[in-house]
Amino acid sequence: MNTSIDKLNSNPKPESQKPQWEQDFPIDVEQDNYVARRDFTKFMVLTSFAFVVGQCWIGMENFIRRRRGKPPARAIAMLSQVPVGSALPFAYPGENDPCLLMRRSEAELVAYGQKCTHLSCAVVPKMELGQLLCPCHEGCFDMSNGRPLSGPPRRPLPIITLEVRGGTIYATGVQERTV
Amino acid sequence: MTPLQRKPSLQHRTSIVYGILSIVMILVILQLWLLTATMNAFLGGDSAVIWPAAAASLVCLLLNLGLLWNLYALERK
Repeated sequence: MNTSIDKLNSNPKPESQKPQWEQDFPIDVEQDNYVARRDFTKFMVLTSFAFVVGQCWIGMENFIRRRRGKPPARAIAMLSQVPVGSALPFAYPGENDPCLLMRRSEAELVAYGQKCTHLSCAVVPKMELGQLLCPCHEGCFDMSNGRPLSGPPRRPLPIITLEVRGGTIYATGVQERTV
Repeated sequence: MTPLQRKPSLQHRTSIVYGILSIVMILVILQLWLLTATMNAFLGGDSAVIWPAAAASLVCLLLNLGLLWNLYALERK
């Protein structure tokens, strides 16, 4: 019964009448298709397992981040060091977390993480346009709120919260956002 | 051996594998979407979705394992 169906798919000619290539490489196409799809299915289940491991890894990273807690406040510059219309790079909370402090007017100070939310290139302030530009893929962020205006980035830049005490500017925390 | 217990033909088994593969692919694509959405939320500081998404991904894996078990059962017949 089974063999009759299989026979429909194979070359019915006797071995001697088959073309030379079929005699040299007697591939059973049906069997080959079956094995290929079956093994691909197994590989996809392995991929599925890898995705669960990835999800758990994110959970562990989140646990570590929570344990680290809120970063301590740190003096980053004197107010006199940042004239209106200028920007000053600094690192906060760690030495490998580059940020930008910008003074847009006498009373308006803003600071954002300098890593573009697309692929972590350093963003460059364009004070005259009120924008932060990522030169790698021409991503553009609004300087007033850090939200993306154009280009590939979808998430806003993290806000560095600031406090001015006695003429000194302190970074007091990091606000990461999805929108 | 009753007709129902007979080992399916190769053509029949290939059709079953195609069916299983289609469902597995849909579940894996769903997991990929879950992973990217969770990563985006995590990088944006939102941790509320992390464990529910991990649970949903685990459910998808269990469904996939069930389908894989069916695939092995098909071989054993």
